[in-house]
Amino acid sequence: MAKSIDVSDVNIYYGDFLAVQGVNMTVRAGAVTAFIGPSGCGKSTFLRSLNRMHEVIPGARVEGKIVVDGQDLYEPGVDPVAVRRQVGMVFQRPNPFPTMSIYDNVLAGLKLNAGKLKKNAADEVVEKSLRGANLWNEVKDRLNKPGMGLSGGQQQRLCIARAIAVEPQILLMDEPCSALDPISTSAIEDLIHELKNDYTIVIVTHNMQQAARVSDDTGFFNLKATGEPGHLVEFNPTKKMFANPDDPATEAYISGRFG
Amino acid sequence: MTAPTTEAEDAPAASWASVRGGAGDRIFSGAALLAGLSILAALAGVFIFLAIKGVTGFTKPAEVYGPHAESFVGYVVPLLVGTFTASIIALIIAVPLAFGIALVISHYAPRWIAAPVAYVIDLLAAVPSVVYGLWGAFYLAKKLVPMHQWLHDHLGPIPVIGHLFGEPSPAGRTLLTAGIVLAIMILPIITAITREVFSRTPRLHEEAALALGATRWEMVRMTVFPYARSGMVSAVMLGLGRALGETMAVTMVLSVGFDLSWNVLATSSPTSIAANIALKYKERSADLLNVLVATGLVLFLLTFLVNFLARWIVGRSERRMAR
Ligand SMILES: Nc1ncnc2c1ncn2[C@@H]1O[C@H](COP(=O)(O)OP(=O)(O)OP(=O)(O)O)[C@@H](O)[C@H]1O
Ligand SMILES: [Mg+2]
Repeated sequence: MAKSIDVSDVNIYYGDFLAVQGVNMTVRAGAVTAFIGPSGCGKSTFLRSLNRMHEVIPGARVEGKIVVDGQDLYEPGVDPVAVRRQVGMVFQRPNPFPTMSIYDNVLAGLKLNAGKLKKNAADEVVEKSLRGANLWNEVKDRLNKPGMGLSGGQQQRLCIARAIAVEPQILLMDEPCSALDPISTSAIEDLIHELKNDYTIVIVTHNMQQAARVSDDTGFFNLKATGEPGHLVEFNPTKKMFANPDDPATEAYISGRFG
Repeated sequence: MTAPTTEAEDAPAASWASVRGGAGDRIFSGAALLAGLSILAALAGVFIFLAIKGVTGFTKPAEVYGPHAESFVGYVVPLLVGTFTASIIALIIAVPLAFGIALVISHYAPRWIAAPVAYVIDLLAAVPSVVYGLWGAFYLAKKLVPMHQWLHDHLGPIPVIGHLFGEPSPAGRTLLTAGIVLAIMILPIITAITREVFSRTPRLHEEAALALGATRWEMVRMTVFPYARSGMVSAVMLGLGRALGETMAVTMVLSVGFDLSWNVLATSSPTSIAANIALKYKERSADLLNVLVATGLVLFLLTFLVNFLARWIVGRSERRMAR
């Protein structure tokens, strides 16, 4: 199920503003890839270009090639809706649908794909996804309560359950723990470890330890200077990146001696 | 909690006390409360006025209600039918159209086209109702005659709803035409309000839907409509209020009759309560005036009831969710 992503010469624009320039990388299948870098360097922007969510913003566009499973996502004729069904996303702030119950939240994506499900098939998916997101035990007695009634960390795991319910090939996560306490964070990190057996995972994080703990590869993004576009400075296995980075800028950033 | 009671006075509490005294907050909350209460007071005032002036109108001697009716019920029922038929026709036409336009403006059209369209729709609201009345009576009515004939030919033979499409009027000045004119009049307010609530849907939720692989329409159904539901009901209620209370356009478009009939294509139909008051107001006798006020009271109460019901229905589904 897991697929690799080949990115070549990607430039990302907001209208005339070039936000990210000249990115080349290969995200390995079935591995966790982390993006780190200072605020505003375009990590979220780049991540959102991987499932064509970037173009939801008026005037935003992407140049270059992003190839998943032999298919360039930006080729004319590729439907962004189909791309997003294959490449799921978890956002920085938990965003369960406020008018839906926990149960319906998990099924929201699946209902779009498969139409009406049989009751017991639906029950099965809900349980499997919630177990997958380590949330089942906490919510199994209140599946019909609104998703907004959960704590922030639970809501975030609900969003992960919702994303994995449609069984995507790739899961993108934009700072999924930044609004969470250490316990929920560790729950989600454990979850990422388990999920990488089935999915290719790309995660943006500001937390160096987190990147070191969960990821197999790390990409370091930086701005050349203020006002310049962001770019990928270094992309290496996480072990190498944190022990012996190629680029002095990476070392400076990781060791906290940054600008 | 165990509060220290005696030490409280000599404790150095000064730095913890509210520095700005909260006077601004109190003034503002007082003003807001006053504004809220004044609306209730105005509503109560209207109701009391209608009740005092109108209560005798329910039980006048038969000749006051003449020549077409003998009792208050006989007098008011055709008017109610006229009022609600015209308003319902207006809603049936205006609501889907308004929701559609609002959605296009807020979620589909590019900005350079959405802004001018929104502006033009708002302008429609500024046209005085006499103008709509003139246009409806002298232009639109004639143009709609073929449509009346078509509706009669095609829908007339159907059982039950066929009653609505009886013998068509050759002049076109019918309840249907009045309803269409009303629809155009209530379109702007419904559009403006729904456009506003649609565009307030949190981006976060819209993106959640899109990221799951929802098409734009699916995104609208999953996030925009549930979020905007209460606002959509408010918009419809305001539109209905305007339709129920509209006088000039109905007065001018409709050729008035007094027979209670379900035929919206009929040559003459019962007019609306508001239009009837406008028509009779000048030839008033003190007795007739009471009767007119009483019809106004009935309209007031019914509008209230409809509004209340709509709120209750919306609230019920929300309460079910929050259970
Ligand atoms: N909707 C937008 N419209 C225009 N410019 C934007 C938009 N969103 C982001 N940008 C710009 O794109 C650049 C990259 O932003 P991005 O959000 O990708 O940074 P980031 O690396 O995710 O930062 P952070 O770590 O703070 O989340 C910034 O200069 C930002 O100002
Ligand atoms: Mg970001």
